[in-house]
Amino acid sequence: MSRLSSRHLLGLEGTSRQDIEAILETADTFREVLDRTIKKVPTLRGITVVNLFYEPSTRTRISFELAEKRLSADTVSFSPSTSSVKKGESLRDTLQNIEAMKIDMVVVRHSSPGVPYFLTRFSDANIINAGDGAHEHPTQALLDMHTIYKKYGKLDGLRVVLIGDAAHSRVLRSNIWGLKTMGASVAICGPATLLPYEVEKFGCDIYTNLDEALDGADVVNVMRIQLERQHAGLFPSQREYTRLFGVNKDRLKRLRRNYTIMHPGPINRGVEITSDVADGAKSVILDQVTNGQAVRMAVLYLLRGRDDEGGVS
Amino acid sequence: MTSKKYDLVIQNGRVIDSALGFGRDAHVFIKDGKIAMIEADSAPIRQEMRSLDDEQIVDATGKLVVPGLVDIHVHLREPGREDEETVESGCRAAAAGGFTSICCMPNTTPRIDNQETVEFVQDRARNAAARVYVVGAITKGLEGKELAEIGDLVQMGAVAISDDGYYVRNAEMMRRALEYARMFDIPVMQHSEDQQLSEGGIMNESFESTRLGLRGSPSVAEEVAVLRDIALCRMTGGRLHIQHITTRGAVQAVRQAKKEGVKVTAEATPHHMVLSDTEIGKEFNTNLRVNPPLRTETDRVAVIEGLVDGTIDCIASDHAPHSAEEKDCEFDQAPPGMIGLETTLGLIKTHLIDKGYLSWADAIRKMTVNPARILNLPVGTLEAGTVADITIIDPEKKWTVKANKFHSRSSNSPYIGRRLTCQVFKTILGGKVVYER
Repeated sequence: MSRLSSRHLLGLEGTSRQDIEAILETADTFREVLDRTIKKVPTLRGITVVNLFYEPSTRTRISFELAEKRLSADTVSFSPSTSSVKKGESLRDTLQNIEAMKIDMVVVRHSSPGVPYFLTRFSDANIINAGDGAHEHPTQALLDMHTIYKKYGKLDGLRVVLIGDAAHSRVLRSNIWGLKTMGASVAICGPATLLPYEVEKFGCDIYTNLDEALDGADVVNVMRIQLERQHAGLFPSQREYTRLFGVNKDRLKRLRRNYTIMHPGPINRGVEITSDVADGAKSVILDQVTNGQAVRMAVLYLLRGRDDEGGVS
Repeated sequence: MTSKKYDLVIQNGRVIDSALGFGRDAHVFIKDGKIAMIEADSAPIRQEMRSLDDEQIVDATGKLVVPGLVDIHVHLREPGREDEETVESGCRAAAAGGFTSICCMPNTTPRIDNQETVEFVQDRARNAAARVYVVGAITKGLEGKELAEIGDLVQMGAVAISDDGYYVRNAEMMRRALEYARMFDIPVMQHSEDQQLSEGGIMNESFESTRLGLRGSPSVAEEVAVLRDIALCRMTGGRLHIQHITTRGAVQAVRQAKKEGVKVTAEATPHHMVLSDTEIGKEFNTNLRVNPPLRTETDRVAVIEGLVDGTIDCIASDHAPHSAEEKDCEFDQAPPGMIGLETTLGLIKTHLIDKGYLSWADAIRKMTVNPARILNLPVGTLEAGTVADITIIDPEKKWTVKANKFHSRSSNSPYIGRRLTCQVFKTILGGKVVYER
């Protein structure tokens, strides 16, 4: 029985403030578990979770796997390069076969938007979206929000600037939905060619000038730029991108005093962000990774966990 | 008079013939596969009908009796993908949807770009439940490089040419196609899509594609293509037919061109008038993936307005069957296309007639005489002496679209589960009932 209003976490669009608050609050509790000597609770004992990662991933995959293990779930991980997908098996057949082995939860990462929705059509498992194409990456946005919340004690009224490839970033989309639901003001900044069509309809401030975007911001969340975008003609060179949109020390003075630097990783150092900023005092990039564990444990627990098995108290 | 004078009489129906410009209660008399006469009720006519046997009479009380519907844009998939559709199954689907004439597109495997393939399809259609008119290719292999042997295609019976699925990208090639086809008085049917602008597009480019993170195909890809072809059409004096028009800008371009007297016609599909791109994100149903893609609400309304004011001449289903295996997958992996022959009439009634956009006479015009005239087909009217291709419609019959009720070999329809009003009661081809409910 899910403690959230849905039995799946498919995206943050449409996810209620109440559900987001429940996840952030529960993550706080799990954050404490991670500081214990024995970082394990029996909450998901007897539950089997399958990690279906159709796309390469390091931190999200390890983060989910560890979160599952620390909740005492039985886990199976799947990668297409070592599976029947190589032999041409369809996604539906793959999942139906796995489901026939009596699984309870599926964490799915896929390059096609909508795949987590597709899975709900023929699976009884709880589905968690770990990134579907350029659509959503809800747990990343939740961990971003958790990190911001931990620092400021609130999300309401903060000004968050998302910088980079808005057209292709699922992290950015989930951040927009989540942050707006929680009352933050959101700005997007990037080259015009990487701002998707009618992006203003998200209800965010849109900038193509980084200095203007940074004015008075509390949080700067820098998205990774993919080099293939340059080859697709969406910007002329990395050099020019860095000059126009790279976050460096000189630009930080435009931010509020108590500003925060974030990045979902992996970082192209020296391209979208300089190393001194990424590793500087205001950077919470590694906190994001730790908090990601706690948030993912919270999501798994709220969707399927049992209190009578020890819970999270 | 004796009963042998007529093979079939459809009595007491409301007869609508947009070609002849009438809608009235009348009886339709059929003899030797042709319309013998249409007569209003009168004492002598009643007397005449009393002499008929029961099996010669179709009671159409409360029904509409219209010329057999004509669909100028259908994919029959044969040769090549008989698992998805065959000429025979496609014609059964047509008959079930009230269509007695359909035009099949040449993007089969092999392509319909030579006499043999035209003949093959015609052979398959010989005893089918609908007439099949073949649309040949504009270019060999639909590759856009060399003109197909258009004269040969026409000689074998092709009624138009199209590279449907592909846009003739080379403007010089399109110019020559319009000029060459002019010799045979056939239209060049164009799939209007600048495929450099739309490359990789999975759905319409709009806030919806932005929201869903699916790569967009911009409406301007269609508009650029339509504007170029109108210019070529104006220059060559050829006949251009815009297939499945979908955007406000393209409709406006055709409207303007028609005012100038350019010989351009256009068709629109029911799905581009009923659905918009906001449907896709609800559950990523791959049956909503079509090409051209479902557009915005503004475009959807503009297409309806174009249909209403005559800018768009006809309704075509763009019936595009795909196997369940191909559609049962990730949204961006699914091939574009939905079936449409069996739902078109219900959608038009439910969404255009019932909502006051079209009268029955207008709707019938867009599905009979207009498409027939674009392709010079000898159908689309109930005029005495023409073939007795007739559709009898139960206009208020409510039904639910069900996957297992389709006559098509495929069931890739996004309307499954929807309630529609209006259903075909009987379809008559050359005086013979080929479908009845």
